[in-house]
Amino acid sequence: MIQFDAVHKRFPNGTTAVHDLSLEMPEGGVTVLVGSSGCGKTTTLRMINRMVEPTSGTIRVGGKDVTQQDAAELRRSIGYVIQQSGLFPHRTVLDNIATVPLLLGWGRRKARARAAELLETVGLAADSGKRYPHQLSGGQQQRVGVARALAADPPVLLMDEPFGAVDPVVRTQLQDELLRLQKELSKTIVFVTHDVDEAVRLGDQIAIFRTGGHLVQCAAPTELLARPADDFVADFLGAERGLKLLSLKTLADVPQGPAPEGGAWTLVLDEARKPLHWAGKDAELPVRPLKDTDSLLSALNESVASPNGLIARVDADGVLTGVSSRDDIHEHAGQAHTEARVAA
Amino acid sequence: MTIDWSWIGDHTDDLTSLTISHLQAALTAVFFGVLISLPLAVVAHRVRPLRGFLLGFSNVLFTIPSIAIFVLLLPISGLTRTTTVIGLTVYTLVVLLRNTVEGLDSVPAKTKEAAKAMGTRPLRTLLTVEFPLALPVIMAGVRIATVMSISLVSVATYIGDGGLGQLFTDGFQRNFPTPVIVGVVLTILLAVAADALLVALQYALTPWKRRRA
Repeated sequence: MIQFDAVHKRFPNGTTAVHDLSLEMPEGGVTVLVGSSGCGKTTTLRMINRMVEPTSGTIRVGGKDVTQQDAAELRRSIGYVIQQSGLFPHRTVLDNIATVPLLLGWGRRKARARAAELLETVGLAADSGKRYPHQLSGGQQQRVGVARALAADPPVLLMDEPFGAVDPVVRTQLQDELLRLQKELSKTIVFVTHDVDEAVRLGDQIAIFRTGGHLVQCAAPTELLARPADDFVADFLGAERGLKLLSLKTLADVPQGPAPEGGAWTLVLDEARKPLHWAGKDAELPVRPLKDTDSLLSALNESVASPNGLIARVDADGVLTGVSSRDDIHEHAGQAHTEARVAA
Repeated sequence: MTIDWSWIGDHTDDLTSLTISHLQAALTAVFFGVLISLPLAVVAHRVRPLRGFLLGFSNVLFTIPSIAIFVLLLPISGLTRTTTVIGLTVYTLVVLLRNTVEGLDSVPAKTKEAAKAMGTRPLRTLLTVEFPLALPVIMAGVRIATVMSISLVSVATYIGDGGLGQLFTDGFQRNFPTPVIVGVVLTILLAVAADALLVALQYALTPWKRRRA
């Protein structure tokens, strides 16, 4: 767990970057710090591994005051990922990943073996280990950055806008990867971004900062979206706050029935009962079947795109389990909203 | 102007030893130049107020006429190889110091920051991150300093040293062009060869610069 207790940071030029911050970042959870530029989110992150020293207040990692520890040793015990990866251009991918193990004195052989293992963990081909960073794509470099941060298996991971410089498609991939990794590794992650969607996707808790280093609200994404503390938070989350909330709810509880026979559109299945497309009188329209784990938002989206307002539901293997109507989804979406707003 | 080929044939031993002596003087000077300029460059790079002073001082040294330097050194180190090397070293400093400082400046702040955030201490960052990344710019300075030193060694003929430069005085005094021409050609060959070797060395030392994606 990371604890901020009445932390203040004033830079020599007089600007206050962080104002009286008290915040807990729970163990094994992802805390996302969001806000526009200059709101103190990055400074907050950088105070955890003493890249910035607080003016007053205390920061504890695992119960220990960070300022009481040797800065270099503290940093080796905390994984760090930065924007555009900050890889060492003169070292191979493998040696980049091995950085912290080598600093910890593991020896070259053991450090390289660990680095090779991590290539796979972050979804990179084994032969990319011998390459240099500039020979990789932006997304691949970012993966190396994550692998490097994980190398010594630190309990805490600091990520400073790690996916800010890659295109949206790759960013989504990297976010998925991170969520998958986090399921396995359960690190205490502090993640800085200015992208609200990214925050909602990744965060177990989201801390919203306002210019001047004020923490405005810190809550779970569903709570934040359903009950923003004030107009600033509501504005920051954006007009599509309701839809964002639906992106966090799954389709699992929406009732389903058998696919209709007759009617204007028929759902065509293959031999394995996997949906192929919708067949009308003289047209075929594509179908995108959804699983229980898909979000209510994607269900709503799919029901709007579907010719008869029905979505095809499938199990993990892609076999049809039933269909749900636009009304079912709509009703459920409304309920989800009301529940979230009344709760807590 | 004709070349007396038989003179060359009769003097191969002398020419070889003069060439070696010439190269030794130049390379020793570059070696000490690098040794002195590396720490000075680190100071100039880190301590802003000292940068102007150090770079300015090396510029001033450079403006001293070469013969004057040797004359100034005579009372201290006499008519020796040491005087030659000290004089040449002083001249390499201006190039080496400036390039090393610029090389260190060229290391991306992001990379240094990453090293720090990973828990690398300052000295290790300097040795394993900053110097390697500054190497191409430093090597550019070493190449200039080397070629410059090779051409400057001849001036030390005035104090009885000077490697291949001795061929010039010999030729002039006897009004016999062959040694002069041979001296010039060998000096140029030496400079070209040394430069080529340094390019090869740099290639070997910077594997990350080779295959551009």
